[in-house]
Amino acid sequence: MSRSPYLSGAPSVSVIMVKVMLALVPAIAAYVWVFGAGILVVLALASVTALAAEALMLKLRNRPIKPFLMDGSALLAAWLLALSLPPLAPWWLVVVGTLFAIVIAKQLYGGLGYNPFNPAMVGYAVLLISFPVIMTHWPAPLELAQANLSFANQLQYIFGASNGLSLDAVSMATPLDYLKTQLTLHHSVQEITSAPQFGLLGAQGGEWVVGAYLLGGLYLLQQRLITWHLPTAFLSVLALIAGAFYLVDATHFAHPLFHLFTGASMLGAFFIITDPVSGPTTPKGKLVFAAGIAVLTYLIRVYGGYPDGVAFSVLLMNMCVPLIDAWTQPRVFGHKK
Amino acid sequence: MSEINQEITPEVAQKTEVKAQPKVFYSEIVENGLWKQNPGLVQLLGLCPTLAMTVSLVNGFSLGVMTALVMAASNASVAPIRQWVPTEIRIPVFILIIAALVTMIDLSMHAYLQSLHAVLGIFIPLIVTNCIVLARVEAFAAKNPVVPSALDGFMMGFGLALVLATLGGVREIIGKGTLFSGIDLVFGPSAKSLVLNVIPDYQGFLLAILPPGAFIGLALLIAVRNWMAQRKVAREAAAPTSANLVAP
Repeated sequence: MSRSPYLSGAPSVSVIMVKVMLALVPAIAAYVWVFGAGILVVLALASVTALAAEALMLKLRNRPIKPFLMDGSALLAAWLLALSLPPLAPWWLVVVGTLFAIVIAKQLYGGLGYNPFNPAMVGYAVLLISFPVIMTHWPAPLELAQANLSFANQLQYIFGASNGLSLDAVSMATPLDYLKTQLTLHHSVQEITSAPQFGLLGAQGGEWVVGAYLLGGLYLLQQRLITWHLPTAFLSVLALIAGAFYLVDATHFAHPLFHLFTGASMLGAFFIITDPVSGPTTPKGKLVFAAGIAVLTYLIRVYGGYPDGVAFSVLLMNMCVPLIDAWTQPRVFGHKK
Repeated sequence: MSEINQEITPEVAQKTEVKAQPKVFYSEIVENGLWKQNPGLVQLLGLCPTLAMTVSLVNGFSLGVMTALVMAASNASVAPIRQWVPTEIRIPVFILIIAALVTMIDLSMHAYLQSLHAVLGIFIPLIVTNCIVLARVEAFAAKNPVVPSALDGFMMGFGLALVLATLGGVREIIGKGTLFSGIDLVFGPSAKSLVLNVIPDYQGFLLAILPPGAFIGLALLIAVRNWMAQRKVAREAAAPTSANLVAP
């Protein structure tokens, strides 16, 4: 339980969801700028699938369809999943991931408010485990791409009519992926990060999207839709661990800022781990939860088998939420410890 | 010790006498094994092979059939000696009997179905520790005569085999897009043409083959079974009221 006073006039679910989606708009704009308009198709596809799946499941569960559909929670989950996918993901990948997120991770557990796991991250993890090749093939940002990809080309990739255009021709290892494979070949971090896909802070191009997530996240903080605990704890612990490793051995461990500005760090910090349903409710619990995700994310990135680890870390820490909440109950005023 | 036995035996005899209206009794055993008390979907016993070996329909069903054979044989061997087994050491005695039977199945599979034996591997000897086998010996064969016991063992095992086959089939179709792959391990290389390519040019959905796929698949099967059972109850509850409405 969160602490008293329980003031009335809390915004309704749909208002919150609309504001969160509004906060994602700058990132989507940056996405279109960097990777092309294909992401809009992916977003639309995910949204339609999510709404259809949500309506169908609500009908099967004999729940009122319209109020739950209008609250926008399914739509937001679909957007978060779509933004985690490679921008030229084939249509069936988007559909399968969204169906998994809505049908299994959300509705089968009882719908909004009852899901123990973050639906978007469940969808992402399922796709990453099942289709590792497609999921780690990100197209190069437009400015680095050798072949000039028009919107029509992108549609061809998404709907599978690529006419012999192989995704290999336009894709490029993401910085986290590249860093990992090159480190095993005994290159130093300094050599590796001079490759073209590395930008000033994170990924060339991708860092604009990350910056836009940060902007959207600050808007959420300003609107008091999220508290400072989760993002601050996540980002600072991630930076702290990465900094410690960096100080010890800068040739084998990347700069902490690199870890903050690549992969899903920013998206995770402000939009994923702040999910009020699958996360803890006590302030102290939020700090523990976010710190745990940061530690796991860093460990998976540096020592794990996958390039990024935010999704797995979130799911693992979701499992700990009941325990965290039980341990971090604030003392009731007037009661002794 | 003999006192305890004497106390229990008449009780057991009474129970069997009460239930001994042959027709109802046998059909009840069949229904319990296949549906009402299905080991895979209701009792949730023997989950280790259910989850581990259901990568394909053939794997799942073969292990299920082996388990059914062991269960029928072990129930049939325990039932006739049930009066003479001291209660205190009945579990070791039952396990010894089951282990002997499983060894027989294991060795004969090794002799006649060598390639399938290689695929199922450790899970054949592990049938000994499968709790559903001991559970039926303890709950049924130790209290009932031979013929119903053998039927109960077989039906419980067959119910499990059907679940294993369904789960294996679903996971195989979703995971690899085929059905009956590995059937040549059972019927020889000529049976290879029986393998169905359900979805041609399928890239595979790895999750269904991996262990999480087994858990998710089993959970969905249990959900479907519960849904069907609930619907049946609801329909039966609705039927008499409509009859009442018509009658007056």
